[in-house]
Amino acid sequence: MSTLIESSTQVETRELTVAAALNEALREEMSRDDRVFLLGEDVGAAGGVYKVTDGLYEEFGAGRVIDSPISEAGIVGLAVGAAMTGRRPVVEVMFGDFLFLAMDQIVNQAAKIRYMSGGAWHAPMVIRTTLGAGRRAAAQHSQSVHAMVAHIPGLKVVLPSDAADAKGMLKAAIRDDDPVVFFEDKLSYREIGPVPRGEYLVPLGQALVRRHGRDVTLVATSSMVGVAMSAAETLAGASVEAEVVDVRCLSPLDLDTVLDSVRRTGRCVVVDEGHRRFGATAELAASVAENAYRELVAPVRRLAAMDVPVPFSPVLEDLTIPRADQVVTAVNGLMAWER
Amino acid sequence: MATTNVTAVTEDLDPSVDELRSLYRQLVLIREFEQAALDLYARAQIFGIAHVSIGQEAVPVGVCSALGADDYITSTHRGHGHCLAKGADPGRMFAELFGRAAGYCGGKGGSMHIADPSTGNLGANAIVGGSLGIATGAALGAKLSGSGLVAVCFFGDGAANQGILLEVMNMAAIWSLPCVYVCEDNQYGEYTPKQAVTAGDLGDRAEALGVEVRRVDGMDVLAVRAAARGAVAKARAGEGPQFLLCETYRFLGHGMSDRDRRYRTRQEEAEWRARDPIAGAAEVLRSRHAMAVDEAAIRAEVADEIRQAIESARAEAFPDPEAVSRNVYAD
Repeated sequence: MSTLIESSTQVETRELTVAAALNEALREEMSRDDRVFLLGEDVGAAGGVYKVTDGLYEEFGAGRVIDSPISEAGIVGLAVGAAMTGRRPVVEVMFGDFLFLAMDQIVNQAAKIRYMSGGAWHAPMVIRTTLGAGRRAAAQHSQSVHAMVAHIPGLKVVLPSDAADAKGMLKAAIRDDDPVVFFEDKLSYREIGPVPRGEYLVPLGQALVRRHGRDVTLVATSSMVGVAMSAAETLAGASVEAEVVDVRCLSPLDLDTVLDSVRRTGRCVVVDEGHRRFGATAELAASVAENAYRELVAPVRRLAAMDVPVPFSPVLEDLTIPRADQVVTAVNGLMAWER
Repeated sequence: MATTNVTAVTEDLDPSVDELRSLYRQLVLIREFEQAALDLYARAQIFGIAHVSIGQEAVPVGVCSALGADDYITSTHRGHGHCLAKGADPGRMFAELFGRAAGYCGGKGGSMHIADPSTGNLGANAIVGGSLGIATGAALGAKLSGSGLVAVCFFGDGAANQGILLEVMNMAAIWSLPCVYVCEDNQYGEYTPKQAVTAGDLGDRAEALGVEVRRVDGMDVLAVRAAARGAVAKARAGEGPQFLLCETYRFLGHGMSDRDRRYRTRQEEAEWRARDPIAGAAEVLRSRHAMAVDEAAIRAEVADEIRQAIESARAEAFPDPEAVSRNVYAD
């Protein structure tokens, strides 16, 4: 099954890694618009620690691909000022965990300048960063903090789950007039997927039905879309047809697509790799319950990262992240529910 | 008290009478604006949090006189003077303080967030040190675009203890960005004296990064102006970031509610008040040009301007309730 059910069934594609798809997006946008520049730690000659900026330094030079000091607050702050005065900065913050070093610049500056200046200024910029555990990188290199960012009005939060979206959504983010925090699943960089040939954009704020089904809706984000798809395959073997909705953006959030699906299936499981408490699953589950209460035949269930810092040992780390078998168990519980 | 190592005035020792009068008028305008704001606050006609810069006027006036209309500034929570010196309209500023739709921020910012693209004012900032990155980023943008513009970052001695200053000055230095860091050392970070919380000399911190530092008497508008001219010219010429350390003094408290100022003596205040920058500028006009500036006439003219600004601002409408959801995102 194509991963691009709705948008590209007729489009010619080729296989790219997520990293290559992101690289292509950056190259195309830098070629198209000379206001776009890259700023971050090791993004230049090194090509980025995940190789997302590979070759761009050679192609566009040190004035467009700027190796920064290890100064997260400083580089995000510079991006805000440069964006306000007409540039289009794309900052790489290597690990989502490091966003906290720049939180004043993200939350109090970038997010608010449009509002508190009454629209006099705005900061069109992108912060590319990562989420996801599973690399045995321990508690300061494994967090998924997208929900914390999505809590702040004024920021857009984008969560591509495959190569095609990685490219199309990054291009859309760079062209967006608001500050966008773009979360890349760090385990996905080497994953390969079909990416349309030629230029294309994926609009921000549109969820995507990745798989159709009539019995239950699995609402998933980023790294958890694959987990949900895998659970859906298993469930199909047991004659339970799960629909998988890839949220793709927490802000703007396309609640309509989620609710449409839940209203058809009557059951909902939300899966996200952020922590459970006060997290993305809480927001999505509450919104579904508030808006589709009559159509629900069972309570909304949610699966999220355990509320512990991410541990190092593989035996412990794997316990903290939602797995496909847990999704299957949750769905089976809902199928047995009688209202 | 007073100034360490005042940088010699190397140029522009003799501004014209017109220039001097213009500087004098701006000093008075800021003073009158803030006196009026204090009065309105006392009468509960403006709301929330506001901080006046009475006593510090020579710094914004001197620095902004060295800038072009399109050059950028960032400001602080104590920012009325910066906005006015860069050319903001007092009527729209009062409208903002009154929370009116016609204010610079449509009533969404208040005293601490006044921003004005038409004068290159990137905005006042209520996070101490919050605008250091923005100013440096504007300088980076100017360099990348080749616009030839300079960005001036006003900040206080309190903000100098925020880590981001080191981060952004480091980047400005390694990339030779056209940024001028103007430290308004008014001796107090909120209610706490500088010497209780600040190690060493603030200028030394910039010098350690290879940033050129000018130590300036911040009560003397001509000294500030001369130093700013030198710094701005060098920054614009691609010689990298510059640092002005302006020794100045906040005659009043940190904010409107800081009235008793128990953390300092009245004698200290009197000593600084004896160096009032407005009186100093008037004295220069008298002595250097052997002319009696019409101090009273200028003050009366400014007072009238402020009165009219308040009147027109007060007549403005409050924001439409629908405005509450506007400007969160681009629409």
